[in-house]
Amino acid sequence: MYLIPCPWCGERDQSEFRSGGEAHIARPLEPEHLNDGAWADYLFMRTNPMGLYRERWVHAHGCRRWFNMLRDTVSDRILAVYHMDEAPPEPGDES
Amino acid sequence: MSDQTHRLAAGGGVDRTRPLAFTFNGRAYGGFGGDTLASALLANGVHLVGRSFKYHRPRGILSAGPEETNALVQLGRGGATDPNHPATTVELWDGLEARSQNCWPGPRFDLGSLAESASPLITAGFYYKTFMWPARLWPLYERIIRHAGGLGRSPTEPDPDTYEHVNAHCDVLVAGGGPAGLAAARAAAGTGARVIVAEQDPAFGGALLNETEETTIAGAPPLEWVERTAGELAAAEEVRLLPRTTVFAYYDHNYLALVERLGDHLSPAEGTGRPRQRLWKVRAKQVVLATGAIERPLVFADNDRPGIMLAGAARAYLNRYGVKPGNRAVVFTGNDDAYRAALDMVAAGATVEAIVDLRPEVSGALPHRALDAGIPVLAGHAIVATHGRHRIQGVSVMALNDDATGVTGAARDLACDVVLMSGGWNPAVHLFSQSRGRLRFDDERAIFVPDTSAQAERSAGAANGTFSLAQCLAEGARAGLAAAQEAGLDGTAEPAPEVDETQESPARTVWVVPTRKTRGARMFVDFQGDVTVKDLRGAVREGYRSVEHVKRYTTAGMGLDQGKTGNVAALAVVAEAVGASIPEIGTTTFRPPYTPVTFGAIAGRDAGDLFDPVRKTPIHRWHADHGAEFEDVGQWQRPWYYPRKGESMHDAVQRECLAARRSVGILDYSTLGKIDIQGRDGAELLNRVYTNAWSKLAIGRARYGLMLGEDGMVMDDGVTSRLGETHYLMTTTTGNAATVLGWLEEWLQTEWPDLKVHLTSVSEQWATVSLCGPNSRRVVAALNPDIALDGEAFPHMSVREGRILGVATRIARVSFTGELGFEVSVPANHGLALWEACMEAGKDYDITPYGTEAMHVLRAEKGFIIVGQETDGSITPGDLGMDWIVSKRKADFIGKRSLARSGVAGGERKHLVGLLTDNANEVLVEGAQLVEDAQSCPPVSRPPVTMVGHVTSSYMSPNMGRSIALAMVKNGRDRIGARLFVAMEGKAIPVSVVRPVFFDPEGGRLDG
Ligand SMILES: [Zn+2]
Repeated sequence: MYLIPCPWCGERDQSEFRSGGEAHIARPLEPEHLNDGAWADYLFMRTNPMGLYRERWVHAHGCRRWFNMLRDTVSDRILAVYHMDEAPPEPGDES
Repeated sequence: MSDQTHRLAAGGGVDRTRPLAFTFNGRAYGGFGGDTLASALLANGVHLVGRSFKYHRPRGILSAGPEETNALVQLGRGGATDPNHPATTVELWDGLEARSQNCWPGPRFDLGSLAESASPLITAGFYYKTFMWPARLWPLYERIIRHAGGLGRSPTEPDPDTYEHVNAHCDVLVAGGGPAGLAAARAAAGTGARVIVAEQDPAFGGALLNETEETTIAGAPPLEWVERTAGELAAAEEVRLLPRTTVFAYYDHNYLALVERLGDHLSPAEGTGRPRQRLWKVRAKQVVLATGAIERPLVFADNDRPGIMLAGAARAYLNRYGVKPGNRAVVFTGNDDAYRAALDMVAAGATVEAIVDLRPEVSGALPHRALDAGIPVLAGHAIVATHGRHRIQGVSVMALNDDATGVTGAARDLACDVVLMSGGWNPAVHLFSQSRGRLRFDDERAIFVPDTSAQAERSAGAANGTFSLAQCLAEGARAGLAAAQEAGLDGTAEPAPEVDETQESPARTVWVVPTRKTRGARMFVDFQGDVTVKDLRGAVREGYRSVEHVKRYTTAGMGLDQGKTGNVAALAVVAEAVGASIPEIGTTTFRPPYTPVTFGAIAGRDAGDLFDPVRKTPIHRWHADHGAEFEDVGQWQRPWYYPRKGESMHDAVQRECLAARRSVGILDYSTLGKIDIQGRDGAELLNRVYTNAWSKLAIGRARYGLMLGEDGMVMDDGVTSRLGETHYLMTTTTGNAATVLGWLEEWLQTEWPDLKVHLTSVSEQWATVSLCGPNSRRVVAALNPDIALDGEAFPHMSVREGRILGVATRIARVSFTGELGFEVSVPANHGLALWEACMEAGKDYDITPYGTEAMHVLRAEKGFIIVGQETDGSITPGDLGMDWIVSKRKADFIGKRSLARSGVAGGERKHLVGLLTDNANEVLVEGAQLVEDAQSCPPVSRPPVTMVGHVTSSYMSPNMGRSIALAMVKNGRDRIGARLFVAMEGKAIPVSVVRPVFFDPEGGRLDG
């Protein structure tokens, strides 16, 4: 079980959180202008990399805030957490 | 009670002043305090303790620890019996009852042993091959397998014990309380670190518990050092010592699970009032793994007879328990360590017939001491056969050729009653591997050792491949200090204590001991699964290459012991057969738990009534007092129906349904999900998450909404009302309240942070009483709210705020039954008073409380859907015939684009329809499948048949005077008037497809 540093509450057990999947997938502003394939890309397709992964988490049983996390999917080390409106840190940036 | 014929007069850690009585397979025996069941059985000369899994071969005690593979016993009797305990870890208590598993009627005469004569049939993959076909006989196969397997019997009664959970944090968790672990704990504790030391055994000391006084630490016997160190640790403020505690799991981010056995070693009387086990969930900044090593058996012909045990185990029985495992021993080894067992046997007064050593030449201190003690040493020899059925009686020994691939010369027979074997020691790397650390194979010593760490841990001592006691102590102390320092504490190293121990010369590893050609001899690699060298080689011959596949195919390492003794030898055999090196084929993955954990410990207190929280409405007590039967809806307990004396459920529901339409019904609707929406952009939020338009909803008006997932499928529905300029109240289905709030929050926080709107759950702040029926307005009016209730002032789909019974109220004129209806909400504390006032006011109208079942019938009569009953995550508004609620004008809302996808907009969809049976009294089964012709109902001659839909809701409707059903049917709206069949076992029920509104299709009753 991960120890997740909520940007608002500090370190808490993973059981207090819910994962929201890959981060930085913005909802298209004009969905009606997308063809079915492009819409399906937004809706269903995720990168699922082996290595650095930017994902969304919510502190569901805590402050109930959403935030972003940079995690290494191989080691499951959490390299950074950052606010929803922040740009993702570049690999190497993370503290 | 038989004598303890093999108990030594003195020595060992048992308490001879505390005799204990126990039974094994119904026979009475005696032991002492400090014994395990295994040591007590051996003290009584009992080696034969069970039968093997597949061949039912007689088996004895192999080890002295949790790695035990043979001696599994069933404890207690009757419904509370407890299976699969290794006799080697069961601490003896007075009155203990134990039985062998996997044999009937007993281990000496076992009917299952007939299986061995059929053994050519029971080779690797036996289960897969034998029980594959025909598949319809699987229930029979399963019975046979279960009976033949029979690893213990499950208890049939509820677990009488209690268990608890503890969460803990520490700077340094030390797994293992042997020399390395104690040294690590001491060093860490010296820095002031918070330390937890977990030791699976009741005593600290690890391998030192089995050591003689020949070895010394700081000039004193090893146990003196153990006692002093454990004493210091116990006295240290920040140290927690946990004996009888196994670290069984190493999860992510240094989260470890431990199980502490508090009551297993006590008789029921002694254990009364305390939990049996405690599960520790520990988050450690640093971990030191000092889990020791596990001895490997040698793989040779018929190496499984009772009386063949590990040399190190024999030392434990001799030196720790004061028990002589036999009187005439043969020692079989490729290393020096087993010589210690030979010397200990001689010291205990036993004869050692010979030490059979795989090494062509032996030299060094231990062999010399053996020769000095008069023990014959047969260097370059091997045991090629063993004799004796229920107990080893002798062995045949031959000389090995140079590369140990064969044997030469004449066989020599040696009589014995015990064989002590050692194939070397495997570091216990299980937890390290669970932590995702990478192992390295040390070719020189033929062992896996920890290589690269993945988490904040370090290994020390035998677990790290460090076997010398002096080095264990030094490495342990270094690891403990380093761990504490990395956890942020300061400290300095102390000099390690002086150790006097005998040095060992290099070992020789022979994975499969060659033998002469003997028919029927078996070389066991995994004793518990009865997996032999031949099975493993056979699996490779059949094409299995991956060790993970070979493992599953042969079941090697898949028993309760998870192959703690046999896995590395199995790898070696597979590697040799594949023609690769051991590191090339790699090891199998170690997964939690290290040793079996009871379900009780995992459940802790979350059992029985405490399994899940129960939510009750403020009016619950009234329902219970008035005989309501309850239904679980999520965590809520809702009144299901209110049976009167002598009424069946059917009677009660029919009465409640009629009353709600004829006069007035009352429903506790407090569980309804309620979300308070405030802020400038409330209407915009509603526009985005509902399919219909909200901008023009006037203050005081309410509107029904359908919420979709982004995939266009119906997710929730409910009525939202506008209470003020920037104030809305959304209602959700009972079971979906938290999900919907989370859904809205997700969009607001992640996609629409610019929207100025706040959400608050107020589900539990308001109690809601729903009144429906032609007299509902009169009942509300009798409560004198300061709100005009007439149809003109208060039309359908509106909401009013005011006061009722002296408290604030919100009244919504909505209807889930098609009748005139009012939902009256008051602050939760006043819910019961409101309900009782309604009951009083409604007396003249025979007001009738109704439960969820009647509610379901009433809404089905009107064809109103229930999300999760008519829908299943694959249903669009169009499928439900609810296109009227999907705005064409709104540019966008969640799910809109998906409704235009080709598979949704075009194509064949299921539609919501009604079904009427020919027989008005026949009530269909919900979930039943629909087919187009009667011939497609089972039994059918040529499956499969095409199913065109299924029944989603089905009831006897008293207001219709007949049964009704809702169904989702392919192209259902084009089939109105058509005939379908409900396919039931052995019969086809003809039905007519109708529009899904049965009662008052014009909606004339809404105004009462
Ligand atoms: Zn938080």
